[in-house]
Amino acid sequence: MNGFGALIRRELALSWGRGGGAMLALAFYLAMATLLPLAAGSEPARLAAVAPGSAWLALAVSSLLSLERLFERDYEDGALDLLALGPAPLEAAAFAKCLAQWITTGAPLALLAPVVATALGAPLKLAPLTVITALIGGLGFSFCGGIGAALSLGSRRGGVLIAVIVLPLFAPPVIFGAGAIDAFGAGLDWKTGLMLLGAYSLTALALGPFAMAAACRNALS
Amino acid sequence: MIAILTNPQRFMAFSAWFAPLLGVIAAVLAAVGLWSDFAAPPDYQQGYTVHIMFIHVAAAWMSLFVYACLGAASFLGLVFRVALADAAARAAAPLGAGFTLLALVTGSFWGRPMWGTWWVWDARLTSVLVLFLFYLGYLALQAAIDDEQRSARACAILALVGLVNLPIVHFSVEWWNTLHQGASVFRKDGPAMPPVYLVPLLTIALAYMAAFGGLWLVRIRAEVWRRRANVLALRAAG
Repeated sequence: MNGFGALIRRELALSWGRGGGAMLALAFYLAMATLLPLAAGSEPARLAAVAPGSAWLALAVSSLLSLERLFERDYEDGALDLLALGPAPLEAAAFAKCLAQWITTGAPLALLAPVVATALGAPLKLAPLTVITALIGGLGFSFCGGIGAALSLGSRRGGVLIAVIVLPLFAPPVIFGAGAIDAFGAGLDWKTGLMLLGAYSLTALALGPFAMAAACRNALS
Repeated sequence: MIAILTNPQRFMAFSAWFAPLLGVIAAVLAAVGLWSDFAAPPDYQQGYTVHIMFIHVAAAWMSLFVYACLGAASFLGLVFRVALADAAARAAAPLGAGFTLLALVTGSFWGRPMWGTWWVWDARLTSVLVLFLFYLGYLALQAAIDDEQRSARACAILALVGLVNLPIVHFSVEWWNTLHQGASVFRKDGPAMPPVYLVPLLTIALAYMAAFGGLWLVRIRAEVWRRRANVLALRAAG
């Protein structure tokens, strides 16, 4: 457990210390939300209809941003070799990386999500559920996205490749998360969507580290 | 049977006659299927567009079937290090992408007269599109890693991750009951389709299956030859 705590502290320090931490993803998220009314038209009625959904879409894309450096940094400077040789299994290292990624990027994005959704015209009563779904969904985004990041290690084109691999995997959480918010807004049964979203994120949490560790070992071999 | 999969020599001897045989079977079945397709009367609701359905539905089945083959080959390659499994997975992916694209395009042609629109964002259409995107991601990853063995193993991991997607694709119809009609062949109370439509559908599905099998074997053979050529080139270079 001590080893795991050290891994988490290391990852948190790295993502806060270098690369701007959450700032980059938050700025990207805001920029995407700004472009939406410019592209789709600014009539309040039209925007309000798509506000929760597009806030979620922007969330999914923004959470891709810092994935590229998730394993690449340690792969390049050899730290990943040390992690693979160390006493803690590589699965634990991958788990710590994704958890830290969620804390430093996913959680701030989740806090910003209701602000963006409300600015786009979503009713305020959706804000609490938006934060909750964004927090749960962000966990799934981190652990699913980590698989793409680990798989593209050592490839010639990191960032775009991760997006192409990972975005199809993001379809279920986007459906469930945005669906839950929509259903809540329409006064329908929203708990099913929330529970399915939770199920997706927990599955990613449970299975993702094994896939990531296998991909890292493959890249190091 | 197992020796055919694990021993490249036996595989080459077996596929040399089996691949052309599958090709002939596919051609005969496709001819019979298309003939009974056009002999079938127009549907009372769908009219003549029902003829598209045979090509479309069978292609949609194949898009899932090929992915299952891809997943199985990846599993055998990753876990048991079966010699030809990597080549088989590599060979299956473009074929699967082709069948998925065929299903999407023919579905679009059918949807325009029947639903009045080329494309509907219904759960099942969307999940087939996601499956297509998944094939594209697989091919992109395969192309992006130079080292062949490393690329094969990374792709195998990705294929197994994507296998989790397959049930979501298949059962999405029941999760979101929307515009796309529910399953009408594989149902508990038997097919809800008259034999005059069921026969061409199943014949075409079998023709696709045989065509896929034949093309798959040919592509695996090509992969084996390519590796042999690489080895010979390296040896000649000294």
